[in-house]
Amino acid sequence: MAAIVDPLLIVVLLLNFFTLGASRMRSIINGSAAQGVVLGAVALLAHGEFGLQAVLIAVVTVILKGIGIPWMLMRAMRDVGIRREVEPLIGLIPSLLVGALGTGLAILFAHALPLAKQPIGSLFVPTSLSTVFTGFILLTSRRKAISQVVGYLILENGVFIMGLTLVSAMPFLVEMGVLLDLLVGIFVMGIIVNHIQREFSSLDTTRLSQLKG
Amino acid sequence: MALLLIVVPLCLAVIAFLAPWDRARPWIVTFGGAVQLGLVTVALATPDIHGLNGWLVLDPVGRVVLGFTTVLFAACSVYVPGYLSQRPAGNKRIFCACVLGILSALTLITEAYHLGLMWVAMEASTLATAPLLYFNRTPRSLEATWKYLLIGSVGIALALLGCFFLGYASLYAGKEPSLLLNDLVRNAPYMSRSWLHAAFILLLVGFGTKMGLAPMHTWKPDAYGEAPGVAGTLLAGGLTSGAFLAILRVYRVCIAAGEGSFARKPMIVLGLVSMLVAGIFMARQKDFKRMLAYSSVEHMGILVLGIGIGGAAVYGAVLHLLNNGFTKGVLFLSAGNIHRAFGSKSTDDVRGALKRTPYSGALLLAGFFAITGTPPFGVFLSEFTILNAAIGSGQFLISGLFLLMLAFVFVGMGATLLSVIQGEPGPSPAKLLAPETVLTIAPAACLLAIVLLLGVYIPPPLASLLHAAALSLEGR
Repeated sequence: MAAIVDPLLIVVLLLNFFTLGASRMRSIINGSAAQGVVLGAVALLAHGEFGLQAVLIAVVTVILKGIGIPWMLMRAMRDVGIRREVEPLIGLIPSLLVGALGTGLAILFAHALPLAKQPIGSLFVPTSLSTVFTGFILLTSRRKAISQVVGYLILENGVFIMGLTLVSAMPFLVEMGVLLDLLVGIFVMGIIVNHIQREFSSLDTTRLSQLKG
Repeated sequence: MALLLIVVPLCLAVIAFLAPWDRARPWIVTFGGAVQLGLVTVALATPDIHGLNGWLVLDPVGRVVLGFTTVLFAACSVYVPGYLSQRPAGNKRIFCACVLGILSALTLITEAYHLGLMWVAMEASTLATAPLLYFNRTPRSLEATWKYLLIGSVGIALALLGCFFLGYASLYAGKEPSLLLNDLVRNAPYMSRSWLHAAFILLLVGFGTKMGLAPMHTWKPDAYGEAPGVAGTLLAGGLTSGAFLAILRVYRVCIAAGEGSFARKPMIVLGLVSMLVAGIFMARQKDFKRMLAYSSVEHMGILVLGIGIGGAAVYGAVLHLLNNGFTKGVLFLSAGNIHRAFGSKSTDDVRGALKRTPYSGALLLAGFFAITGTPPFGVFLSEFTILNAAIGSGQFLISGLFLLMLAFVFVGMGATLLSVIQGEPGPSPAKLLAPETVLTIAPAACLLAIVLLLGVYIPPPLASLLHAAALSLEGR
């Protein structure tokens, strides 16, 4: 199993770098969508057996993270008619460097922690931590509200990968609940993004600075 | 029974959303509050309540929080019709549905014995609060909602990561991984220490964000400042208590693992930092609703500090949960009345509330004395218990800092609130924008009576419940 899962997790890591280096909104949304599709495949393999639950979770993951949410974000982007550049607060190259540093630290950290002996691949923990870190960078260093939502999505992807190490502890209903919360969360954020655009004529969150002290 | 407590408010939320009667809609909330109060009274009188194969368990700590949130909600539910009748604009359909949705999610938090399920409920409560914050549809409330959503969601995403770490810690021990609290407590002695430590820190930071502990509190003043009084009460009393309960659940796992002293240290630090940050930002604070937000940061700090000190302070912290929550209800509801009446929440415009809005002014004044720990109110009793335990166990530095910050906060809070309450009212507004009504005053008055009662007399059933709750968390 590890022989198939590990390359997929490496693809997830590469997609992290892709979103960090992307200069266009469309690219980072596509990056997160591709990550969602790969995660669906990983979820299927991590269950170890192709039962109904595993297939269902994989399908729902692909539909939500790979298609539904990116589509919502694309539509939000089109509706508000923003410019296509990402407008990072720190440049793309520094973001990439920080991301690389974070991934290195994640691997070191995962090595420092005792890893359980289990049949599934050993890359789960470092990939998860590195993806969470990438989400953080996107959240804090991009100005547009939509790219912050993508950052949150990628952070959530990282948490999801960690959850896959515990498939037997996460009952089906809870897993579905987590995905549903994510969907509703992004949906509400999408609505708020729309209102921000209408109210401030911009999606630049640095303008959200009236409340102080 | 366990399931009923969650399903009933949820169904009422759906009804409130779908029902075509605009005039009756707010009363569905009141009805929900009353029904839930009845159901919870029955539930608390029943000794053993569980459901869904051990996923829902009502343990003593959960009972305390459940009883408390239900009473607080009942008070808010009476306030809602009075409030909404003074607010012509805004989407009342969503407001009422979300308020009831919060009640359902909160109840699920208090009952959930599976960390994943608890997390789902926590996120659901966050999402249901967002429309309440944006109820007034101003650019400022939009900003507050955005920050609340983003910071809150990221915070509890970290908490979910922490839950998974906890599961991984028992996976490492060679146990069947499970996120059921009973299994976690049973597996705790065998768990990998480093994973357990990492998990606790992540969970403390994650749920601490939801609680509004400094330095993760940055969403709080914005959200509380812009939220309607009811939403402020539900946030400051209900949701933050739910997040505190989540931390307590994880703390229990740490105690079972024999890592109680590891867990107490960061709680003491976060508690003191929260009190300090609150004290600093309260000084010269001109916005009295933001002031209440910083007061909430301070009292969340006191809660975790009480757990961190341990021993008898745990009882103090559990009691403080009730006292703080009820007093916050008094403060937010009366401050909301004053805000609406004057059309401003800045001390520049609002003066002489005691003369213009006598009831709300008096309630705010009493609430101020209560929250700053003046006897005979309950907050005095719980803070004194915590202080007493800290001195009794020889933690003099912490006790000294605790007292110092309390004094600091008293001065800062007094300067702002007293200038709102006292003095001669200014010329504007010539006529009150929203008069005080029975519906907007009675709930706050009832909550104040409860805080007063808790200060002088704790009924024996409540006392034994509080002791049982504290006992399960002392672990010494």
